[in-house]
Amino acid sequence: MSRMLSRETCAGLFDRVQRAAKARGVTDVEAWIASGEESLTRFANNTIHQNVSESSCHLSVRAAEGGRTARATTNRLDDEAIGAVVEGAIELTRASEPDPELLPLAEPAAYGEIDRFSPSTAEATPDERAVAVAEAVRIAEEKGQTAAGIFSTEYSVQAILNSRGVFGWHAETLAVFSITALAEDSSGWAKASAADHRSLDPAALARRAVDKALASRNPREVPPGRYTVILEPAAALDLAGQMFGDFGATALADQRSFLTGRLGTRLFGENIHITDDVFHPLQAGPPFDGEGVPRRRLRLVEAGVPREVASSRASARRAGGEPTGHGFPLPNEYGEAPLNIVIAGGDASLDSLIASTSKGILVTRLWYIREVDPYEKIMTGMTRDGTFLIEDGRVVGGLRNFRFNQGLVELLGNVEALGPAERASGEETFDMVVPAMKVHGFHFTELTRF
Amino acid sequence: MVSGVSYADVRVVETRDRLLSTRNGRIGSLESSETMGVGIRVLAGGCWGFAATDDLSTQGIRHAAALAVSIARASSRAAKHKVVLAPEQKYEATWISPCAIDPFSIPVERQLALLAEVDREIRQNPAVTLSETSMTFARIRQVFASSLGSLIDQTRTTAGAGCAAYSFQGDEIQKRSYPNSFGGQYQLKGYELVEELKLVEHAPRIAEEAVGLHSAGQCPEGEWTLILDSSQLGLQIHESIGHPIELDRVLGSEANYAGMSFLTLDQLNRLRYGSPIVEAVCDARLEHGPGLGTFAFDDEGVPAQCTPIVREGLFVGYMTSRETAAAAGATRSNGTMRAAGWNRLPLIRMTNVSVLPGESTLEQLFDVDRAVYMETNKSWSIDDKRHQFQFGCEIAWEIRNGKRVRMLKNPTYSGITTEFWNSCDAIADRDHWVLWGVPNCGKGQPEQVMGTGHGASPARFRNIRIGSGYRGKGAE
Repeated sequence: MSRMLSRETCAGLFDRVQRAAKARGVTDVEAWIASGEESLTRFANNTIHQNVSESSCHLSVRAAEGGRTARATTNRLDDEAIGAVVEGAIELTRASEPDPELLPLAEPAAYGEIDRFSPSTAEATPDERAVAVAEAVRIAEEKGQTAAGIFSTEYSVQAILNSRGVFGWHAETLAVFSITALAEDSSGWAKASAADHRSLDPAALARRAVDKALASRNPREVPPGRYTVILEPAAALDLAGQMFGDFGATALADQRSFLTGRLGTRLFGENIHITDDVFHPLQAGPPFDGEGVPRRRLRLVEAGVPREVASSRASARRAGGEPTGHGFPLPNEYGEAPLNIVIAGGDASLDSLIASTSKGILVTRLWYIREVDPYEKIMTGMTRDGTFLIEDGRVVGGLRNFRFNQGLVELLGNVEALGPAERASGEETFDMVVPAMKVHGFHFTELTRF
Repeated sequence: MVSGVSYADVRVVETRDRLLSTRNGRIGSLESSETMGVGIRVLAGGCWGFAATDDLSTQGIRHAAALAVSIARASSRAAKHKVVLAPEQKYEATWISPCAIDPFSIPVERQLALLAEVDREIRQNPAVTLSETSMTFARIRQVFASSLGSLIDQTRTTAGAGCAAYSFQGDEIQKRSYPNSFGGQYQLKGYELVEELKLVEHAPRIAEEAVGLHSAGQCPEGEWTLILDSSQLGLQIHESIGHPIELDRVLGSEANYAGMSFLTLDQLNRLRYGSPIVEAVCDARLEHGPGLGTFAFDDEGVPAQCTPIVREGLFVGYMTSRETAAAAGATRSNGTMRAAGWNRLPLIRMTNVSVLPGESTLEQLFDVDRAVYMETNKSWSIDDKRHQFQFGCEIAWEIRNGKRVRMLKNPTYSGITTEFWNSCDAIADRDHWVLWGVPNCGKGQPEQVMGTGHGASPARFRNIRIGSGYRGKGAE
């Protein structure tokens, strides 16, 4: 952690930014500072094949003058570079036309306390990761399988400061372990992430992936159509997670959100409750937004009714409300979005969801999910790495993978039961707190060859 | 070099970029960035280690180099074999990509004024509910040095620009983009690309089409003759030829994330990938065109090459690296290792993967009794072995007896990669061939976003399944 930027270092950097701006006749400036170190050990074919570490720092300066604003970024922190980045921001700012709706810089505010920093994770070594990977590989080899995956550890610092006194500083750590176990005609997958790498259990994840690959051997083919599905948390995350970019005031104002004309009306089932909560213990990220506004908890969906959306200072002002602390750094095209999603779970275990299903399909993971229709929120994608047939309350074997075309509005209206919410990690969206979902009428439209 | 280190390379990369965009007449993005850093890759004890830093002091670079070596040694804890590199020559070269008009020399005021004019033209149509315009420029200088003795200094300038119109009515959001989705067209050019695109002239048409889609018929479902415009064919090439031929995927390196490939090693020189008129290459040379995958040397110091991929429909080549070339029976890398910056490890990445022009005129291409012609990508998805795909386009037209008879909305098509390419029975000629840029190709962990090039002419395919993407909305 030799280069971790402390609060004091960030304050000193901003002081230099302010002085450089003042020397150029500009008093309103904001700085976003991000630094950190990320190390990732990658394995495939039962061996470590890529093993990397990155240390970096970015200083992004926004100038504001006469209703105009623009941003310049550098990763060099010497006086010459700071002068250049401030000069760049000012030049761009002065090149633009005034925007009568541009607000002055944000005012200082207090932020809630969040502790997501694990010193041991920040200092995790390549040897520690390699030992865990070697054990995961051993577990796969024991069953004649081939393992591929990652074990990453990182720390990051984010800070925002402006010339009106805003000063937010946040440090956190993140560890991710993911594994795919490959058998002759099947595969299994498991992934988890946490602030503290000691709370991950790579061996348990490896066993889970290996067991899935074993259970899905000799996959059979069932025809596409509508099925009851049980989406494990990662699958529910990667599908339902596609809609949250639409929960923003700017998306609504632009009429590019599927919530256009639907806020306050029942859209999903009564068992769907979704919040945005940066303070949730399983969440990640700083308690402030891209302008330094404190994030507050949002009731995105209550009993199937979309209630609140995220707003920035600008979109809140246009709508006559208060900002929620979800704005992106200015200037930007998209306004804001909730980034700390918590979908409330139920009390049904995965086993009980399976046991209650006379005929259905258990889905481990979804892949390559893209939007087909923006208003019904029809998404297409594939199942992957563990798709199983359920008959009479039991998993009876693996299935060939499907393509789905499924509207999210319909999906969240067809949820029959929910598992406990957990921190889920996939590959199609950012981590969220999500339960397993049992959904009827899920629309598989085609099959692939494996 | 440190004892036990058999190979090392270093890339110092300096990047400057500028991004401008508007949204409904107001500035969306207005930002510039300048970054510099170094990535150090070492092979020690037969294992790789990589460390990157933006601390370019002597101490910072020494620390990164030592870290790379210690990471390589840690890798040996779970090593099954030693990495062996295909031989390569030592090169000393300086290369600067052609750039007629330096985009950073054009005043930002002029660039913003052009975007504002395009934006106004789109919003002249009162039924447009959202207009977007953008332009982006980057200049990347990379100095590569390796323990082979190579010293290669390359500077590449890229540009991108485009616009889009959205219209919301009833229960539909429709969108049209020009000249392509994902922000438009991207090439290895300077500001001349923006001038060539003539954004202002095309803005009213895309606004009209976005609004017109509301009253267009729904794309039917069934098996049809399908004609694709060149931009959609470019993405089809990217997903169903470009990714499957990455030899690292084939060998399992991406199994946990991007996936693997149906193109197992036994398929080389045996698989009928496409019909006999399908000719595909992976070509990073400037002779191929100013693509996002055009360069002089790849990121492990191998010269740009043209590799045949599909010859008269037969699968004949992979994209390789120095580490993987031998697996495909080659004695040398074909030069496709690319890193998304100083902080990323080079991986096998598409350069310019293109289907070469055919011999049909547009009239001949459309000379069918009944077909659907689709333009401009809207959605794209393919399985993790690259067999089964589904694409959606922004707009389609029903073709009857060689003529466009009506506009169709919400078009999608799907299929199996080799069946699709074997159904190709006409490809338009060089007059209609465009080298498209895909700016957002993701691969690797940590993820690397890379620009790739894809040359394509409009092409025709028989008996293709269309319309199933909208089964979720009414049609069963």
